[in-house]
Amino acid sequence: MAIIEVQDLVKDYGSFRAVDGISFEVGEGEIFGILGPNGAGKTTTVECIEGLRSRDGGSVKVMGLDPERDGAELKQVLGIQLQESRLPDRIRVGEALDLYGSFYRKRSDTDRLIEQLGLGGKRKTPFGKLSGGQQQRLSIALALVGSPRVAVLDELTTGLDPQARRDTWDLIEQVRDSGVTIILVTHFMDEAERLCDRIAVVDSGKLVALDTPAGLTARVSEEQRVRFRPSADFPDALLLDLPEVTRVERSGSHMVVSGGENLLQAVASVLARNHIVAAELRVEQVSLDDAFVALTGKSLQN
Amino acid sequence: MRSLGKLIQIEARLFLRDPMTFIVGLLLPTVVLIGLGAVPALRERSEDIGGQRFIDYFAPSTIVMAVGVIGLTNLPVVLATYREQGVLRRMRATPVAPAQLLLAQLVVNIVASLASALLVIASGRIVYGVPLPQHPLGFLIAFLLGITAVFALGMLVAAVAPTARAATGLSTILFMAAMFFGGVYLPRFMLPDAVANIGAFVPPGVQSLLDAWTGTAPAAIPLVAMAATAIAAGAVAARVFKWE
Repeated sequence: MAIIEVQDLVKDYGSFRAVDGISFEVGEGEIFGILGPNGAGKTTTVECIEGLRSRDGGSVKVMGLDPERDGAELKQVLGIQLQESRLPDRIRVGEALDLYGSFYRKRSDTDRLIEQLGLGGKRKTPFGKLSGGQQQRLSIALALVGSPRVAVLDELTTGLDPQARRDTWDLIEQVRDSGVTIILVTHFMDEAERLCDRIAVVDSGKLVALDTPAGLTARVSEEQRVRFRPSADFPDALLLDLPEVTRVERSGSHMVVSGGENLLQAVASVLARNHIVAAELRVEQVSLDDAFVALTGKSLQN
Repeated sequence: MRSLGKLIQIEARLFLRDPMTFIVGLLLPTVVLIGLGAVPALRERSEDIGGQRFIDYFAPSTIVMAVGVIGLTNLPVVLATYREQGVLRRMRATPVAPAQLLLAQLVVNIVASLASALLVIASGRIVYGVPLPQHPLGFLIAFLLGITAVFALGMLVAAVAPTARAATGLSTILFMAAMFFGGVYLPRFMLPDAVANIGAFVPPGVQSLLDAWTGTAPAAIPLVAMAATAIAAGAVAARVFKWE
């Protein structure tokens, strides 16, 4: 059952069309990713879902509510993490959670939330004295403090160190397991791949693809590559004769063999039969990164 | 209501935690009055000011200072900072309207101005025997209208200033003008008559405060001017205020 329905969403900033007819549905309990380069319209799209921006066309329904008309009611069940929003420098972690908790009819267990986000020792620390990563974690806590049914997290792990990112991913999975639907705006491929059930790839205000992470990569290419250093030289034909192999290239002492499904198995058995050992063996697959570049013609890491 | 109460409580703590607002806003006017009163000559009756003691004559100006520091500088700068840092925007993402945060700020700052003014009146009375306002009702009316006009101007600055820096600049200009016409920089008997007369109409209206303090009912026209300023500035502020 769709908990969020977006139909032909349009948003203009003056003469610039930031969102140009985007449609998608998010199912209950799903982690739904919105992926795209900077300025693609990701944040504008979720702001229209959150009711922070008025749309210029199309319809948006979240749990049957219109974010523009039923904003206050919707916000009772919607947890929002914003990019680049701060709190007053002198407010303490505990005070901020207590204050924001008081805004909701149903509040989470703030003590547990503080512990889960690793802020247990920081209750009395003022916001301005927290590190960037701690501020980010507090903003995640504030998004979850009202026991939301839907959480919209914009650039969730920006500014976090690798360990904190992994901890945050675990937390998001726990939150989802408790029945919360999550929309994740991100430009990190590994994050999208690890967390998202489905990903909407957005570019220049348009939806260019909507699929599971595996579906997105498969859509671009099924090709696999095997790279290794052979213990003895042998003619390319040995491998090219295999139906699984499409291409053989040499780079220095390494060979790179490209092909379709079961490539590794086929190559390995031929080599074994010819008593050749494949050293430094590596299998390379099309990554979500490659898929993204193929879909949008842009790279995310710029 | 529960969230408004919480907001007021937190904003009050933040106000007291900031040493600048606490010392300058709450204590400085009283410190200035006590400091000036320590000069013996200023505690003697002077023909320049119609036989009054300077300290009695100057007390309303320290109230102008108390109201001005808080309403014209602290309030708009805090609100512009909240806008710039996305604090107001973050509130919009909750079920509680950010207008409640504005309201909480107004309550905290108005209470702080009242406290600062009461501190001036009480310490002047206790330390130097400055008489309490002799026309209490007139004083109350003049004070409330004056403070409303000042706070409306403060809200107007918060509404039009695009950044916290701009708010600081604008509010400093307004604050200095209010202090000048309010006789804080130079006692008003030393100012040209024209300037002193304008001062009656510049919020919070030092002449009305002085009149009521010494026992005369404050004149109607300056009071009407305060009310008009409050309504005009407040209406424009409400119309142009941006949350982000």
